[in-house]
Amino acid sequence: MTSNVSEQFHATGADIHDTRAPSGPIERRWDDHKFNTLLVNPANRRKLSVIVVGTGLAGASAAATLGEAGYKVKSFCYQDSPRRAHSIAAQGGINAAKNYRNDGDSIYRLFYDTVKGGDFRARESNVYRLAQVSVNIIDQCVAQGVPFAREYGGLLDNRSFGGVQVSRTFYARGQTGQQLLIGAYQALERQIAAGTVEMNTRHEMLELIMVDDKARGVIVRDMVSGEIQTHTADAVVLATGGYGNVFFLSTNAMGCNVTATWRAHRKGAYFANPCYTQIHPTCIPVSGDYQSKLTLMSESLRNDGRIWVPKVGGDDRLPSDIPEDERDYYLERIYPAFGNLVPRDIASRAAKYQCDDGRGVGPGGLGVYLDFADAISRLGRAEVEAKYGNLFDMYAQITGENPYEQPMRIYPAVHYTMGGLWVDYDLQSNLTGLFVAGEANFSEHGANRLGASALMQGLADGYFVLPYTLANYLADGPYEKVDDDHPEVVAARQAVEDRIAKFLAINGNRTVDSFHKELGQIMWDYCGMERTEEGLTKAIGLIRDLKDEFWSNVKVAGVNEELNQTLERAGRVADFFELGELMCIDALNRRESCGGHFRAESQTEDGEALRNDDDFAYVSAWEFGDEPTLHKEPLDYEYVEMKSRSYK
Amino acid sequence: MNITVRVWRQKNADDKGKMVTYGLEDVSEHMSFLEMLDVLNEQLTLSDDDPIAFDHDCREGICGACGVVINGIAHGPEVTTTCQLHMRSFEDGAVIDIEPWRAGAFPVVKDLVVDRSAFDRVIQAGGYISAPTGSAPDAHAVPVPKDDADHAFDAATCIGCGACVAACPNGSAMLFTAAKITHLGLLPQGQPERESRVIGMIEQHDHEGFGGCTNIGECTSACPKGIPLDTISQLNRDLLGALAHGKS
Repeated sequence: MTSNVSEQFHATGADIHDTRAPSGPIERRWDDHKFNTLLVNPANRRKLSVIVVGTGLAGASAAATLGEAGYKVKSFCYQDSPRRAHSIAAQGGINAAKNYRNDGDSIYRLFYDTVKGGDFRARESNVYRLAQVSVNIIDQCVAQGVPFAREYGGLLDNRSFGGVQVSRTFYARGQTGQQLLIGAYQALERQIAAGTVEMNTRHEMLELIMVDDKARGVIVRDMVSGEIQTHTADAVVLATGGYGNVFFLSTNAMGCNVTATWRAHRKGAYFANPCYTQIHPTCIPVSGDYQSKLTLMSESLRNDGRIWVPKVGGDDRLPSDIPEDERDYYLERIYPAFGNLVPRDIASRAAKYQCDDGRGVGPGGLGVYLDFADAISRLGRAEVEAKYGNLFDMYAQITGENPYEQPMRIYPAVHYTMGGLWVDYDLQSNLTGLFVAGEANFSEHGANRLGASALMQGLADGYFVLPYTLANYLADGPYEKVDDDHPEVVAARQAVEDRIAKFLAINGNRTVDSFHKELGQIMWDYCGMERTEEGLTKAIGLIRDLKDEFWSNVKVAGVNEELNQTLERAGRVADFFELGELMCIDALNRRESCGGHFRAESQTEDGEALRNDDDFAYVSAWEFGDEPTLHKEPLDYEYVEMKSRSYK
Repeated sequence: MNITVRVWRQKNADDKGKMVTYGLEDVSEHMSFLEMLDVLNEQLTLSDDDPIAFDHDCREGICGACGVVINGIAHGPEVTTTCQLHMRSFEDGAVIDIEPWRAGAFPVVKDLVVDRSAFDRVIQAGGYISAPTGSAPDAHAVPVPKDDADHAFDAATCIGCGACVAACPNGSAMLFTAAKITHLGLLPQGQPERESRVIGMIEQHDHEGFGGCTNIGECTSACPKGIPLDTISQLNRDLLGALAHGKS
């Protein structure tokens, strides 16, 4: 691994630095930074306009808060209502350093755990700020009426989550994301009623408008009428979520896509760490080639379930008929100390290896057993039902199998993407006036996100960070009005119209979904749980060939001037091709294993991920071009000592 | 299994619309209902026909985007969202009717897609607690009895899919409205706006063209989240209280 084969695919440019990064003692940085931001007179705010794309936790909370502050906000979402954004599906909970359990938690500990959990690939200042505002989020949500779980005394309940030793996770049964999003949605609807936010549902952003090197608006398509519209403002916020659907099969909603951020990337915004993807070990496996999405089951199942495969591949007996001595409880065998509770990435890879070796179970051999027989005989069925009943029901509903009688089958699935548009401490991209929040940006989680931290980050960005940092930018406004006939606006509209016309004109022989599925399979095989130099190089070639075929042989039915769901998907898949290629190049360049990125060439003798801090302690920020250009942002750790982990 | 589906096809809001019959072969019992429609749409696309438009997103029963009337029942034969319904619930050779939500306040946009924005406007009319960002006291400042919090949660699990409206012979959205009234009204934080909330939401509900409630209960039996009918009793109590206080 001395020569870097990735260089045949990209150029390397100058390092990039966060010019807004604060200094001084870490616990004072955010306060000092806020004090130094410019303020906007309330009377002037209504003259300043902001576009917010996306209405998940980050987008809805940002739009509501900015509207409440008096700015003129235009909000956009592709769904029929802002309440449907995919934050709604988050199950587990939200972390906050409240220390209500008196168990030694603190802002510093949450900061420490998050930096360490991110495998030392996130910025200390950003993570510290996240831990600081986490406490305000819980206060805010309770005030909005979010019905968090409570104890008999009426105070909030907490649980421990994701292997941390303190109980700092607030939750609302298995539907925390839903309840937090409904809270933010209601705050947003209140502002819509007040006239401070103009809501545009069923509108999809298809282009970013840059005027005089500033982000000044978006081109959107009205998904019902097909009308291409121009919307301009003094600043643009993208809160458009992650890109896990590049794999076709993931736990994301069907509509989740990269188009908004990718269009911005093509206009000059750097895309950071695209290869960092989180794969979750306990999902319900694929049952056939018609499969459209994968469903996550809470990781808590691994507390009592035992994972195994038959010792001999192709064993088609009912699992309950396979005797103990013909089963391989491989996690307990390989990792005797942690057993079935090894971290997500280790559990996921171990399942993949079993299936690669032909010992997988279920359709296509892509599954392993998660067995509760021991737990049921030890605890009794009633207790297992009390703890996991809703998950067992979900499994039974999807598979038609009874998990109380036969073990569940599980397999890993793509769940979250840590990469995203590069932003500075103000959440501003390298394009002036373009801000990025939530999963759509790259910051805070480094190479791996801890459980119950996604909800925390989305709401931190929207409620408590952007309202300050965006105001600082708007304080220099309002900027010169951009007319609809400005050459940049005309060009952006034309680009959108041309692209749509092109999709409709190809009239080939393959459906959009067939291309998306094939792309997803390439990504899963070569840029999934385990990546190699050979596989990634091969994948780049395969993606390029498939992309060429897509642009000459895709079939998009119908016309633009109607609700046309095939046309919508075609645009998203076209962008996934380009993103997929960049993910592979990024993964090829990063010749180390860290967090959600595992390079087979970089592992210890025990098969553990082997980080290379000497060469790769940087953020990879990619500039768009015929050949992408890599800009490195070096990472320094002043507070948390860089260490590697061990689970043996 | 082989099945026949009869699907409501309507090009746009102005089109009259009609039922169209399609055959599907080799349908797996493990397919979800929406995956069956995906497969049909692939067939339609390749045979130069227009694929069927339907709303869907998370496909795990929580976003509330999907929902069609299947054989006359909102979300079909199981009490769940359409995306969580599987083909094993149907017999080989079945003929399945698929229609959009039928309600005056939910106009058809295309095929199986309807406009449910009336729900958002009902929420705008008071379905929130006014809590400006940054103004909140500490989360433990006001304890909430566990029973109240649990019941508020039960009401708050509404996903806004609209099955209650589609199932109601009056096209009423009373269960949707009552779920929000109950969720917020059970919490101490929701008290200051409790009376104005119920008045505002009911006014908007009627203004949108939803019908009145006559306690039939079809709504709760179609609700994939099991929102109980007694939330409507709660709504009525709140409404009476507000009116008695002279609110209008």
